[in-house]
Order: sequence, then C-alpha cells, then structure tokens
Amino acid sequence: MLDTIKQFASEFFVTGDPLILGAQVSIGLASVAIVFVLTFFKKWGWLWREWLTTVDHKRIGIMYIICSILMLFRGGVDALLMRLQLAMPGVEFLQADHYNAIFTTHGVIMILFMAMPLMFGLFNIVVPLQIGARDVAYPFLNSLSFWMFFFGAMLFNVSFVIGGSPDAGWLAYPPLSELSHSPGVGQNFYIWGIQISGIGSLATGINFIVTILKMRAPGMKLMKMPMFSWSVLSSCIMIIFAFPILTVTLFLLFLDRFAGAHFFTLDGGGNPMMYINLIWMWGHPEVYIVVVPAFGIFSEVVATFSRKKLFGYKSMVFAMIGISVLSFFTWVHHFFTMGSGADVNAFFAITTMLIAIPTGVKVFNWLFTMFRGRIRFSTPMMWSIAFIPCFVIGGMTGVLLSVAPADFQFHNSYFLIAHFHQVLIGGVVFGYFAGLYYWWPKMFGFTLNEHLGKWAFWFWNIGFYVCFMPQYFLGLDGMTRRTYTYDFDMGWGPLNLVSTIGGFLMGLAFIFQVWQIAYSIKKHKKDTTGDVWDGRTLEWSIPSPAPFYNFAVSPTVEETDDWWERKQKGEKPLAPIPDSALTPIHMPKNSAIPFIKSALWFVAGFGFVWGWLWMAIPAMIGVGICMLVRSFSYDTDYYVPVDEVKRTELLARGAKA
Amino acid sequence: MRKPVKFGRLSLLLLFIMMAALLTGCGQDIMVFDPKGPIAKDQRDLIVIAMVLCGIILVPVLALTAVIVWRYRDKKGNKSSYKPNWSHSTMMETIWWGIPIVVIVILGAVTIKYTYALEPSKPIASEQKPIVVQVTSLDWKWLFTYPEQGIATVNYLQIPEGVPIKFELTSDAPMNSFWIPQLGGQMYTMSGMAMTLYLQADEVGKYFGTAANFSGEHFTDMRFDVHATSREEFDKWADGVKKTGKELTAEGYEELAKPGRSGEHFYSSFPDGLFQKIVTKYSVGGSHGAHKASGE
Repeated sequence: MLDTIKQFASEFFVTGDPLILGAQVSIGLASVAIVFVLTFFKKWGWLWREWLTTVDHKRIGIMYIICSILMLFRGGVDALLMRLQLAMPGVEFLQADHYNAIFTTHGVIMILFMAMPLMFGLFNIVVPLQIGARDVAYPFLNSLSFWMFFFGAMLFNVSFVIGGSPDAGWLAYPPLSELSHSPGVGQNFYIWGIQISGIGSLATGINFIVTILKMRAPGMKLMKMPMFSWSVLSSCIMIIFAFPILTVTLFLLFLDRFAGAHFFTLDGGGNPMMYINLIWMWGHPEVYIVVVPAFGIFSEVVATFSRKKLFGYKSMVFAMIGISVLSFFTWVHHFFTMGSGADVNAFFAITTMLIAIPTGVKVFNWLFTMFRGRIRFSTPMMWSIAFIPCFVIGGMTGVLLSVAPADFQFHNSYFLIAHFHQVLIGGVVFGYFAGLYYWWPKMFGFTLNEHLGKWAFWFWNIGFYVCFMPQYFLGLDGMTRRTYTYDFDMGWGPLNLVSTIGGFLMGLAFIFQVWQIAYSIKKHKKDTTGDVWDGRTLEWSIPSPAPFYNFAVSPTVEETDDWWERKQKGEKPLAPIPDSALTPIHMPKNSAIPFIKSALWFVAGFGFVWGWLWMAIPAMIGVGICMLVRSFSYDTDYYVPVDEVKRTELLARGAKA
Repeated sequence: MRKPVKFGRLSLLLLFIMMAALLTGCGQDIMVFDPKGPIAKDQRDLIVIAMVLCGIILVPVLALTAVIVWRYRDKKGNKSSYKPNWSHSTMMETIWWGIPIVVIVILGAVTIKYTYALEPSKPIASEQKPIVVQVTSLDWKWLFTYPEQGIATVNYLQIPEGVPIKFELTSDAPMNSFWIPQLGGQMYTMSGMAMTLYLQADEVGKYFGTAANFSGEHFTDMRFDVHATSREEFDKWADGVKKTGKELTAEGYEELAKPGRSGEHFYSSFPDGLFQKIVTKYSVGGSHGAHKASGE
C-alpha cells in the first residue's frame, strides 16, 4: 500500500531537481503565509465580496494586471535561466530536457499569460471610462473571462511542480507533441491550460466589441472615439476570428492524445503540417492582437504628452484596420522552408511586406503628433519615445525576414529570436508599460515615483539592446534557436556573454519597477485632480480612482478629445455636480458563479490531464449546473440610490479641497 | 529633467561602442556573410539589397525622431512653433503612405524574382552532373545515404567541390530542418515526403551543418561537419568507405532510428531502397506523401 502511494507520488510530483524542489517548498510556504495573513486579519470575507465575486471592470482589470506581473516574473526567471545556460560555451547548468521545458514555458507564459492578461487588464480599466460607459456590456461574462484565464494559467503553471512541464516548444508542433514523442502529462497541461484560458479570451473579445459598439456615450460617433478604444476594437475583431482556430486545433491535438485519433500523427493518415498551418493561422494574428492595443496606447500617450491633437486620425484608423485584415493572410511566412513552392512563398512574402506600409504610416503619424507639440518627458512618454526606434528597427528586420529566399538563411536562427523579441518587447512590453504608467493614477488614485521609474526605464532599454542586438549576429553565424549548449570553437561565446549581461540588466530593471511600486504605495502621493497628466479623453474627467459606477452623470460628447475641448472652454477638473442632474444608477450585482464555474473547469482540466474521468466528468457536470443556475437567476442588477451617488461624489471630489 | 539626458548620452555611447565591437570583431567570419557556394552567395546578395532598401527608410526615420524629440521638448524659452490643433495634412499623409508603398513595391519585385530563381528544388546550372545525397533526420542524428556511391554515413557529410548536390530530404522522426549556412538556406525534413534542395560548394573546406528545427530532447547534438573536397578525393573517400565501412542492414537501421545521440559512422552499403521505404512508410493508400516522394 505504502509502495503504491510512493509510486504514485513520484509520478505525480516532479522530483529529483533541486531548483524545482526549492520552488515546491517556497510555493508551499507562500500558500501557508497567504492563508495565515488572510485568517489573522479576518480578510476572507473582504476577499470574497470585494474581489473574487466582483463584476466591476476596474477591479477585474486590476486582478488581470497583478496576475500578469506575477507571470512576467516567472517568464523572466525562465529567460534568465536560459541566458545563464548560454552565457558561455559548454555550461552544465541545465540539462537538455530541463532547458527544453524552460523555453517552452517561457514562450507560452510570456505571450498567453503575461501579454494577454496585461492587455485585457488595460482594456478593462480604460475602455468603459474612455467611452463614457458605466461598465462593459456583459459584466458577468467579463468576470467569467477573468476567472477562466486565471484558472487556465494556474493549470499551466501547476505542471511545473506536479506532473512535469511541457517541453515541445511554445506552439507544440506535432508529432513532437503527440503521445508517441511526449508521453508525459506535460503536454496535456499545455493543451488544457491554454484551452481554458482561451475560452476566456474569446469571451473578452466578444464583450469588448459589443461594449464599444453599443455603449459609447451619447454623441461619441465611431470616428470621434479615442484611438485606444479603436485599437481595442480591431484587436477584439482579430480575437473573435483567430481564437476559435486555436480552440479547434488544440482540441484535435487532444483527441489525438486522448482518444487515439490521427489528425496530426505521422502514421494513420495524419498530417503534422496541417497543425502547423492551423496553429499559425491563429499564431500570426495573435501577435497583432497584442501589439495593436499598444499602438492605441502610444496614440493616447503621444498626444497627451505633446499637448497636441493626434495627427492623421483617419489614417490611423485605416492603418489599424488594414493591419488587422492583413494579419490573417501572412501565416505561411512562419514556414517558407517547408517547400510550398515559389508561387505560395511569393504570395505570402508580399502580403507580409504589405503590413509594413500601414505600420510605417502609424510611425510617421506619431512623429508628426510630436512635431510642433510640446513634449513632456514623463515616464509614459519616455516608453513611447523609446518604442519608436526599437520598433522601427524590429520592423525592418521583420521585412528582411519576409523576403522568402533570404528567410531560408534566417529561419529558426537567433536572427529570428532577436527580431520577435524586438517587436514584442519594443512594441508590446514598452507599450503596455507606457499604458500602465499612464493609467496607474486612474486605477489607484496615487501616482508612481517618477525618479525610480526612470531608473527602471533606462535599465530596461540599455539592457534590451545589449541583450538582443548580439543575437542578430549569432543567428547570422549559424546559431539556431532552442540550442541548449555549444562548443567553444563555434566562436559564439563572447556575443552570448554580452547577451546574458543584457538579460540581467532587464532583470534589474524589473526589480526597480517592483521597488517603484512598493515605494509609491508607501509614500502614497494622492491624485486629487483626477487629471494628473492634463489628459484629453473622458477617463480624466472623473475622480481617481473612479467611483464604482464611473460617471455620476453620463457625459454627452461633442468632439474628439472631448475632455480637452471642455477644458479649453473653461471647465475645471472635478467641478461639483448639481444635485438635480443626478438620477439612480443601474448597476450589475456581484456573482460567485464565474469563480465557482472556472474553478470547476480547473478541476475538469486537471482530470483530463491525468486521464481521470472520475474527476473530469463530475466537474463538467458542475460546470453545466452553474450555467443552469445562471440561466434561471433573475436578480442580477440593482439601482444605486441618488443619496449614495451624492455621498460618493462628495467624498471623491471634496477630497480635492 | 537633467538626469535622463545624461543617461541618454551614456546609452548612445554604449550602443555605439557595442556596434563597433560587433562590426569589427566578427564581421569577417559571420557564416551567412561568408558564403562558399552559389546559393548562399545569391542569398547573401539578396540580404544586402534588402538591408539597403530598409536602411533607406530606417536612417531618416531615426534621425527625424531624434530631431523632433529634441526640438519640440517642453522647455521654457523653446522658440519652435507650437500648434496644438494641427492634426491633418493631406499632402504629408500622402507622402508617407507613398514612401513605404514605393519601397515595398521595389522590394516585392526583387523578392519575387529571387523567390523563383532560388526555388530550392530548381537544379543549379552546371556542366557537372549533380550528385544525389539522401538525407534522413532521425532522433537525434542525421543519416546520409549516397545512392550512386552505395554508401551511407551518420553525422558526417562529404561532397565534391564545384559539383551541384541534389539533397533529398525526409524524416523518420519529428520534423527537422537541414541547414548548412555557408552553402545556402535551410529546408525542412518531413516524414512522408521527400523535399529537394540543391546546394553546391565552390571551395574546398570544412563547413558547419546543423539541425535547425527543434525535434526533442537532444536536438542540439544534431550537428555535423560538411567536408567539401576535390572530386578525386571525394571518389577516393567513397571507395574507402565502400571497402572499410561496415554494412548497414535493415535491422541496423531500426537500431539507428531509435532515439539517442550518435557519433560519426560510415557504412559500406545500405538496404536497397531504404530512403523510399522511409518516405512511404508513413503514407496510407497513396496519399499525398507517396505522390510527393515519387516526383519533383
């Protein structure tokens, strides 16, 4: 009996690695500490009522952002472990299988569990405020989206200590990801972690399209909408077309592994190439899904900190829509070397290059927004300015990669690695940092320390170039991606060492950011105006942090940059609202169903991972019951009485005096 | 506001030093820029053309960014014009829709031309008859079979210089990619099909060959040396292997195909039609795999 338990435990838990053992112990200790603190300060009720069951888009946004920062930490540690292993020739720090698991989880976590939630966090916090709405179109669904993401990410991360991490690359090409070559449960964690959070992403896409199309403040025509909201709209349109492809592809892979189907196997008539086509039909739009909102953020930040209207509004909108459409016609450029023939390669080379045109136009428009403006170098603006050279260089190497016959020499090499890190860090990460710094006061009601922020900024930027510029040269010198070691006589040592130093500079930058946040929380420099940056759009016209109903009185919009125009006409920030203007406000009620239902999905996913149907089937029944309960609950909304609105507004606006 | 400027200069200096170090330190021996065959040379030329075209946009944009950011900074006494509502100019927007379009049209034309010229299955124009080398990627080693010489090698490739080599590529393991940077770009090796890649070495030498597409645990160990020698030496080498190497039997192949690392091996013979068998074993009832294998 004891032996069976021992046997089970050794398969269930990842054993025999000191790094992972350390992680297991610290996860255990941290969990105990969290439970202790919550119990000691009697905070369980608070956590449940205010956070776990909330449907408030601002709180959901904050939870997304907290998760993504934790995931940035984990993905970053993965990255530094890899850089340590590659710092010098013949380092014996990580074994091949361990290294393979680390680059796999690094990729999945950074794209799906860091970039996506950070993006959704900003969507949630900003979009309703920016379009003058009181919440998103479907607040319940919004909460469900978050918890599906959360439990999906949990399921994926659990594989680190239980069962073993996936190690077939971030896109898990078959047949490597099939049962024949990855018999362990790691690949099942991959499938179910992404599957569960993917449902959440799809729902968020739908939610924000409806929110933007149906819930804009009166007078805000689409062509008067702030550019960030436009970028969210195009990103969400891409989501609803791209994510179903991912769901179906991973489901087919699951059938292969679980039910012995042969969609992508080598034998039985399966075709792995089909998977590679499908996954990139999602994968390519996916990178535009995350970068387009960053474009939106830059548009807001550049206009605000140049104290000038955004240049070429219509061009910007058309460019963004153009990018969204083109992004669905370029996927083959990820495998020009598959031998599809010159016709196919030429077609996809051209479609890929075409994307450079609208992207170039956007860069010019940002430059000419600054032209004849007055540029203030606050941290959000610094990130935006740093983005331009970084993204332009990254974009140019992207154009080089799109030249199909040349790609035969770049493909799968460190040249490619350097390119996509340059556009994803220079574009997405810089953009989201700009957004995070820009909207931070609106989220929390206090400002972040600029001095520490600048230290973080410079460490990030210098570290970035030191880390990734050498990698272009390594790629041209024959170093392939996913290489875990190399011989001294390859001559790759010095550049790799430089690259590792750069990686650690970025790690230091992250520490500065954590310090900056901790320091600013302690100092708590309160934002009393609601408009710290002298902003242009509606979110700056209300107190910081925004009251739970956002707008006491729904605004009526006349102009693009309506708040800026109102200030030009003499309106002061946080002017008192006459009592006569107030009416009861219709709001959604909190619900525990999203949390419970997603937790059940987690249990079901865990069951499917191990092939334990006794666990998966009851959990799926539970999911079904949750849906039924929700279908028959009618008491889902209420009215906030005028008195309460009056009190809240007085408190929020009165603090200014 | 003073500090960032100092930082800025420091970082620029750092960048400059790094670039200089990179360009002088390793400019000479970067493989892709040091081609030893006609395909790699054409690809190098194409890369240079594309880089120049990109540079035409890149350099002015970087300069423009620096000038604008400097000139319009918010500083007391800044006399540059300030027009907060100036947000549209049809003429200027036409210009910057136009410039990228022109560059992309030129680059697109060049790309299409080269895509057809460098289509990997297109034979290299030469007076010499191409030599066929069949390449099979295994877990985690390369098997090279020479049907004309009747020999086989593992993780070792020898070719005559100045003669086009017709590589036929397949895989008996997860997909991989066959890459010899100094001779030309890579090509996937995939089960159930035989891809064709023509390469040629113009100079005698030892070149680096590698697996480029991740295929599992010991993927990193799938590196091999490519020895380009004179025709005579190549023939002598092939004869030597024929005489001294051991036989690769069908069972021997099964053993070799099992997952694991491997050193260099030389075989005096291999089972008849081994490559075709590997290609067709994965295709069911004459699906596309068999079709691809027969043709090209």
